[in-house]
Amino acid sequence: MYTLKFDEDLCKTCTTCDCLVMCQYMDLDIDKAKEEIMKISEGEDSFVLQDCVTCYGCEEYCKRGNHPFYLITERREEKDILTSPRAITKQWINIGEPQGKYKVGEIKEKMLSFGFMPEFLRWVKGRLFEDIMPSFIFGQEFFCNVVYIHFANTSIIKERLPMVMDNFRKLGVKEVVCMHDECYGSFASLAPAYGIEVPFKPIHYFEYLYNRLKELGDEVRPLNIKVAYQRPCSSRLSPDKHHFVGDIMKLIGVDLVERRYSNKNSLCCGEVLRMASGYELANDVQKRNMDDMVDSGAEYCVFNCPACYAALAQKVAKKGIKPIHIIGLCRMAIGEK
Amino acid sequence: MSNVILSLAEIVGENYVSSGEEELYFYARDPGLMPAHKPDWVVVPKTAEEVQKIVRLAKKEKIPLVPMGAGMALTGLIIPLKGGIVVDMKRMNKILEVNEKARYVIVEGGTSHGSLKAYLEKNYPRLRHSIPDSPATATIAANMMIHGQGRLTQQYGFNSDMVTGLEVVLPSGEICKIGSCSISPEWFSKGAPLPDLSGLFLGWFGATGIITKVALRLYPRKKMRDVEIFVTDKEDLVPDIIYELTHTEMAEDIVIFSQPLPLIFKDNHHITIFITGDTDEELEFKRKMLWDALDGFIKSKDGGFMWVQPAMKPILLEMPQRSVSRFADVKKGGGFEYSGPIILVERYPECTRKIVELSSKYDLGYSGMARIIGRGHCMMFGFAFTFNRADPDMMERVRKALHEVSNYALTAGGVFWKPTVDEQRMAIERMDPNTRNLLKMIKKNVDPNGIMNPGNWEVN
Repeated sequence: MYTLKFDEDLCKTCTTCDCLVMCQYMDLDIDKAKEEIMKISEGEDSFVLQDCVTCYGCEEYCKRGNHPFYLITERREEKDILTSPRAITKQWINIGEPQGKYKVGEIKEKMLSFGFMPEFLRWVKGRLFEDIMPSFIFGQEFFCNVVYIHFANTSIIKERLPMVMDNFRKLGVKEVVCMHDECYGSFASLAPAYGIEVPFKPIHYFEYLYNRLKELGDEVRPLNIKVAYQRPCSSRLSPDKHHFVGDIMKLIGVDLVERRYSNKNSLCCGEVLRMASGYELANDVQKRNMDDMVDSGAEYCVFNCPACYAALAQKVAKKGIKPIHIIGLCRMAIGEK
Repeated sequence: MSNVILSLAEIVGENYVSSGEEELYFYARDPGLMPAHKPDWVVVPKTAEEVQKIVRLAKKEKIPLVPMGAGMALTGLIIPLKGGIVVDMKRMNKILEVNEKARYVIVEGGTSHGSLKAYLEKNYPRLRHSIPDSPATATIAANMMIHGQGRLTQQYGFNSDMVTGLEVVLPSGEICKIGSCSISPEWFSKGAPLPDLSGLFLGWFGATGIITKVALRLYPRKKMRDVEIFVTDKEDLVPDIIYELTHTEMAEDIVIFSQPLPLIFKDNHHITIFITGDTDEELEFKRKMLWDALDGFIKSKDGGFMWVQPAMKPILLEMPQRSVSRFADVKKGGGFEYSGPIILVERYPECTRKIVELSSKYDLGYSGMARIIGRGHCMMFGFAFTFNRADPDMMERVRKALHEVSNYALTAGGVFWKPTVDEQRMAIERMDPNTRNLLKMIKKNVDPNGIMNPGNWEVN
């Protein structure tokens, strides 16, 4: 049985309780935050277990790497507290069930993981990937399953993730470039937190893109545009890789605009909020986020997560901001369409 | 009998009549499960006058006549059970008049839903009609004749409720106008304020006459459409959810489906809600009203709106929806049939449990689908099974399952929609005796020779 590595003593001695104090969706001062995180730690009831919107932000805010969000998720599951309606939760669990319909390319020691995001089958092309493609996998059999922390269901992760690891093991790969933060977060954060062995070295695709752009050197031309970055929830699981956004933008001559809701203050794309609790919070968050992009003078909204893209692309376009995935932006910089 | 083909050729021209084996093969069947039966002749008239002459010939020779649209009903309604002449109406496909301000259209009896939709989109972009989810070739007159449903049925009732006038060739060969058009050049009402004679033809499957013209209501076509899907895992809650949704009067159409595959749909009931608007504000207002109406279900975690991603929307918003046809090929043999009783919405839970029971009993793939009629007065619940046409055993299992559905539907207080001949017999047996006698009297008087689509709505 896999159990979460969580150190209660770290919370007891924490002087900032940033996990809850910095939350974008709940208002807690340091004393209240300490009281609530200790209640959660000790298995007691806390309003946080009811009100948390699953933005994953606390995984980044905790400076001690103590996995407050995974703990909240565990406690919710123990207490049968649903984050979303039952039917929606079932639907997502069903979506990720292995069906034997996966796709495997020509596997080498290093490969790309598209997880279960079909968009990558279209987006991943051109010279950025010519040294690795067609070494890729796609499908539920290789799906990282992290999304179920949105639904307070770690049981399904503990059940499926070890099988996913076995599937990777059978392929004999040594390095996996994860095309989605959730995959990377699963392999680099969640699996270690639960003691699940990862049989390869996970590489964040930002790192891959950055290195690849450097290799292409003079072929990279500055785009001279202003972009706002839509940071996804899953990026909070690997905050140490977030700097690559700025690094890549610098490399391709893009001005990453200063705005209120960026970096640690980033806002969710809204669709998980809509499914879980209705349209009011989702609409409010989306409006604040997009108004902030407009106010900051962004010409493009650059996405990392395909789900964020699906949630916001048409909406930012209506505001006069062009939506683009970061792969598309990098391809533009090397003259590809 | 060779005189008949010569006579028919004199009426329509030799290119539009046949007794060739190929034609007889095709006109002997529909895409459903009913056994085939060959006609003796097939004729494709172009005008009401030609239809009149065909009917007079049939009357004189006492030959059965089976009027046919696109033949999409699936329940064998155009299979010539006693042979005779199939009258294929597809050449009578003219859109005769659109009265934009009064919002009605007059079309010939073989005009398809697809062609009317395309015509309105091109020439009258602010008007639409209630298009069903059958293939676009389905004809308007036949759809009215079977009391079909369409995209506007949730708001305005059966498609046949939208008829505003008929022109019919009676079994005597006379042409008869029904509704305001019988005393006025305008086709705005099928009955009121006159005695409503449309009931002598609508729902009769051609057993009382052949429709050569039909007028129907058109409705405002908004610039934008969108779709939301509310999902619940408790079938018992569906009637309450529908009640709340219909109370808002915000939905264009409401369709419910539950099916085990693909896995995204497993274990849940999906209430698909279509909305329309001329502006973003109108659309968002309607969306807000619908979300607010179901807030209690969301808060109790008993249901929620699923995320309909942009890639899914064009599929859902398509009219007619091709997904229905795709379902027909799930078993890779192109077979699909459903029984769709009209029944109270409060029966949804037991209908859905019944289809699961039958699917398990007969080892069949299924889809339960319901279309809300008239803001919840009733619904069509489709017990749909898919089968491989190359697998006779599977086809037999579907027949048995559908037979059980027929028995169940009657006991649950439902009424068959576009019933097979067997279901018509079951309905007639169960009918109030005085109603049955009235039905018999009408048929005997309108069609004394019994030549019109014999086998259908016959009281013996």
